[in-house]
Amino acid sequence: MMNNFEGPAISINGLQVSRGGRSVIPDLSLTVASGQVVGLLGPSGSGKSTLIRSIVGVQMISAGTITVLGHPAGSPALRSEVGYVTQSPSVYGDLTVRENIAYFARAVGLRGATLADAVERTLAEVDLTSQAAQLVGSLSGGQGSRVSLAAALVGRPTLLMLDEPTVGLDPVLRRDLWNLFGHLAAAGHSLVVSSHVMDEAARCDRLVLLREGEVLADVTPAELLAQTGAADADAAFLTLIDAETSTSQRGTAGHDRHDGHGGHEGREAS
Amino acid sequence: MNAGLTLATAARVLRQVRSDPRTIALILIVPCVLLGLLAWIYESTPVFDGIGPALLGVFPMIVMFIVTSVATLRERQSGTLERLLTTPMGKGDFMIGYAVAFGVLAVVQALVATGFAVWVCGLEVAGPVWLLIVVAVFNALLGTALGLLASGFARTEFQAVQFMPAFILPQFLLCGLLVARDAMPEVLRWVSDVLPLSYAVDAMKQIAVSADPSAAVAGDLGIVTSFVVLSLALASLTLSRRSP
Repeated sequence: MMNNFEGPAISINGLQVSRGGRSVIPDLSLTVASGQVVGLLGPSGSGKSTLIRSIVGVQMISAGTITVLGHPAGSPALRSEVGYVTQSPSVYGDLTVRENIAYFARAVGLRGATLADAVERTLAEVDLTSQAAQLVGSLSGGQGSRVSLAAALVGRPTLLMLDEPTVGLDPVLRRDLWNLFGHLAAAGHSLVVSSHVMDEAARCDRLVLLREGEVLADVTPAELLAQTGAADADAAFLTLIDAETSTSQRGTAGHDRHDGHGGHEGREAS
Repeated sequence: MNAGLTLATAARVLRQVRSDPRTIALILIVPCVLLGLLAWIYESTPVFDGIGPALLGVFPMIVMFIVTSVATLRERQSGTLERLLTTPMGKGDFMIGYAVAFGVLAVVQALVATGFAVWVCGLEVAGPVWLLIVVAVFNALLGTALGLLASGFARTEFQAVQFMPAFILPQFLLCGLLVARDAMPEVLRWVSDVLPLSYAVDAMKQIAVSADPSAAVAGDLGIVTSFVVLSLALASLTLSRRSP
């Protein structure tokens, strides 16, 4: 593993992606520094999952370059360095929790005692030690997503791409997982975590706000609040969206409209 | 290709099968029931000795085709395949892993079905009985390889199951079991020449009639093996790391 990778974890230049004949990401450039937890926020349909899939290298792209840890996205050198957790749990329902985690650990090359230790450590991290021998198909939805998260955590990849990993989890577990993400970043791992739960934004080192496949803002949580004058991330996000909506409507229809949120500073960030 | 990753996948597939005892029971019992019925229908005629061995070769192919095509379709739909292909797991590790796992299952199925045919139904063959099992396992691998290929063209489980009659039944009609291949219209005989099941059934027929069928059987199995390799190669093209 190449923890504490020098250079940026991800650098994207002029990315364009179409899915089903519709442009999902029209033209996106973004740099993500190493050793940080970056929150990828945006309404549903804003292109969060498509961006994550592109960075992981499973999405066909129409144009642009994506460099991950110094290699082109999806190249063989990255396969044990990048962990990917899909939005819906992608694990085997007819295997036990432990069997699932062990299989994905073997897939990234862990063997013997290292593997056994990594599996037990990961079970504790996602709080599933007491369910370890249960079939995943018999677990609740939230427990299933934790197994899916564990399958990526077990290999301790340098870059973790997590697509809404905390959906359906209780507040205690969410707090514990965000603490874990913080520890991983402090140890030199890079994490990109998509979410539409805005109160999680405060736990990130940096926030990238997406809207219709474009980067609306790339700021720290403190900057976001300062720029928008909002009290919390939820309000700040709405302010930015409203500001952007009124700008684009003026642009397309030549129709001047007051958004009433005083969020014009937000445009500078986009 | 990496032996560790291939075996990890094979072990994982077998663990999944183990958690579904009803499927295991169906795989082991259904061929015995059908062979038993066949022996009973043809009681006091020599027909069972003629077609019994061929059917011992057809069952594993059909069963493994269905099991594999549904299992790999599930992997595509659940996202586990996409996720695995972002890890060092190669397409070859994935496919050979499946072939090894279902090969193991096929050995058990062939032992049970052949044992039942020989000792319960009184099947008599001129060649060695163990060779029946070898051919049955090759046929199971053929079914697995064709199932992996077919699953690449199925979008739903309904389609995957319908591929069984589409892929297998024409081969069954033309393999020489109903009408000897030499006696078929010329065009159909050419078609049967390029279908793998024809060679699998030919091998079984050789074992039924010849006391020393090893050379003929080896030739047929060589051709079946070529079909397995070709199917796996084509199937690997349907496993793409990137999707639109």
